Amino acid sequence: MNIAILSGKGGTGKTLVSVNLAAVAKNSMYIDCDVEEPNGHLFFKPINIKEEKIAVKIPVVDEALCNGCRKCADFCKFNALAYAKDKLIIFDDVCHSCGGCVLVCPEMAISEKDKIIGKVEKGVSGDVQVWSGILNIGEATGIPIIKKLLDDQKDNKLTFIDCPPGTACIVMESIKDADYCVLVAEPTTFGAHNLNMVYELVSLFGKPFGVILNKYTDGYNPSEEFCKEKNIKILAYIPFDKELGSITSNANIASLSNDKYKKVFAKILDTIKKEVSSEAVTNS
Amino acid sequence: MKQLLILSGKGGTGKTTIASAFIKLADAKAYADCDVDAPNLHLITKWDTKPQNSDYYGLDKAKINNELCIQCDACRQNCRFDAIKVQNEKYIIDQFACEGCGVCEFVCPTKAATLYPSKAGELFLYSNKDSVFSTAQLKMGQGTSGLLVTEVKKQMKSKNIKTDIAIIDGSPGIGCPVIASLSGVDMVLIVAEPSISGISDMERIIDTALNFDVKIAVCVNKYDTNIANSKKIEEFCNNEGYQFLGYIPFDFNAVKAINEGKTIVDIDCPSGDATKEVFKKTMDILLEN
Repeated sequence: MNIAILSGKGGTGKTLVSVNLAAVAKNSMYIDCDVEEPNGHLFFKPINIKEEKIAVKIPVVDEALCNGCRKCADFCKFNALAYAKDKLIIFDDVCHSCGGCVLVCPEMAISEKDKIIGKVEKGVSGDVQVWSGILNIGEATGIPIIKKLLDDQKDNKLTFIDCPPGTACIVMESIKDADYCVLVAEPTTFGAHNLNMVYELVSLFGKPFGVILNKYTDGYNPSEEFCKEKNIKILAYIPFDKELGSITSNANIASLSNDKYKKVFAKILDTIKKEVSSEAVTNS
Repeated sequence: MKQLLILSGKGGTGKTTIASAFIKLADAKAYADCDVDAPNLHLITKWDTKPQNSDYYGLDKAKINNELCIQCDACRQNCRFDAIKVQNEKYIIDQFACEGCGVCEFVCPTKAATLYPSKAGELFLYSNKDSVFSTAQLKMGQGTSGLLVTEVKKQMKSKNIKTDIAIIDGSPGIGCPVIASLSGVDMVLIVAEPSISGISDMERIIDTALNFDVKIAVCVNKYDTNIANSKKIEEFCNNEGYQFLGYIPFDFNAVKAINEGKTIVDIDCPSGDATKEVFKKTMDILLEN
């Protein structure tokens, strides 16, 4: 069972929710797909970490074989190759690793080599399996890292996938295998606007989903209004709470250090499990 | 024109709240929202006029004409993006996975696979005779956000507005849209948050910005939610030689202002007052030679 936690806007509490749900669920798994800014490991402080470097393929040219025909440079849609001053120049940073240049070269002058773009770390924290993807500084996309994380996950464990913000390709990749999506929203017009975007994303992919209203206070809540208007299931209200904020800002897991929050997140987990099983019944 | 870019690494630290306040304080004549994935600045910068819209085409997408397809499987075997699927004995392209590289078109022996232009987002340009605001929205699940960010910045300059400064709201993370937003700007203001997560993300965004020839400065937002961590950020900046521009307190008035479509300097509030101080210091650094 894969539960993806996403938000559109950054800083609404994705990691707070994913980390605490994984901690209260027994024998669970936490996967951090926010590879640009991974934070879950700061909370779980996993041990027994197995590290695996993630590489993509980039072209290398054998200058002795290259006859300067420029077919590769003409073919490359990403402008990663240029032929100048009687030499083929390769721009690694913009290469998408499609392998097209290797295929089009009539002289077989181009081959490929590995380029490390980041890593995957797999460890444990208590009874939680903690997997994180970490993109190297300066790299444009972490999609190959996310693919690796999710391809490796073959367990039947209850798995919480902490997604990156936004609704771009990287988020789609993260929710692809999700059985249920939890959207975390905050009570601002910015939050509501971005909630609308992820709402459209999960709807487009036909994923069952519900919303957690985080930093909830009395008064006008544009995200709550949005849920009511669209008839979206509200899974939980997490009140604005200085103590919870303080525990979280020190990278501690509230549901492990404090009984009050343990109950709060256990209840949310319960609600989500019920939602997931009722979805399963409806769709069977 | 000096360009100031506001970044944070971590999301939700207050980039847009501070960018909108700066725009107000500077009476900025040129500004842009480069968070094309989740743009919000337009919600708070009041323009009465309708923007000029234009479609943004990213890279092409592939399509397969099944009448020409002989099911040789060459396209599927050569696609590095797992974008080609067989469904009901037909070859189809997953439009979200396709990156438009053209390999399928190249290997197809019957010209069944071809590329076509695909709309990947929309650009919006608000302007009048003396000011301009450029923003965009990437379509869901699209991958070419860096190119769109570059278009947003180009669009902002297209009106040739005569002004000393431009203010650009950035996106979270450290990947392609952030890298695209960094190129050509003069200064980056990093809005940090005093959490362990926020500090880790701040260090990663600073390392990213160091690859560019830009001035780097840091301020802390919501500093009083964790004073010990806030001090750590200031110490880090002092030790590493980054300009530290001050502390902005957590303030419920800020949420209220934003929800009323106002900036935090439109009302009288502690976060607005602190932002004014940070603004002054930012301008001194941005405009010095």
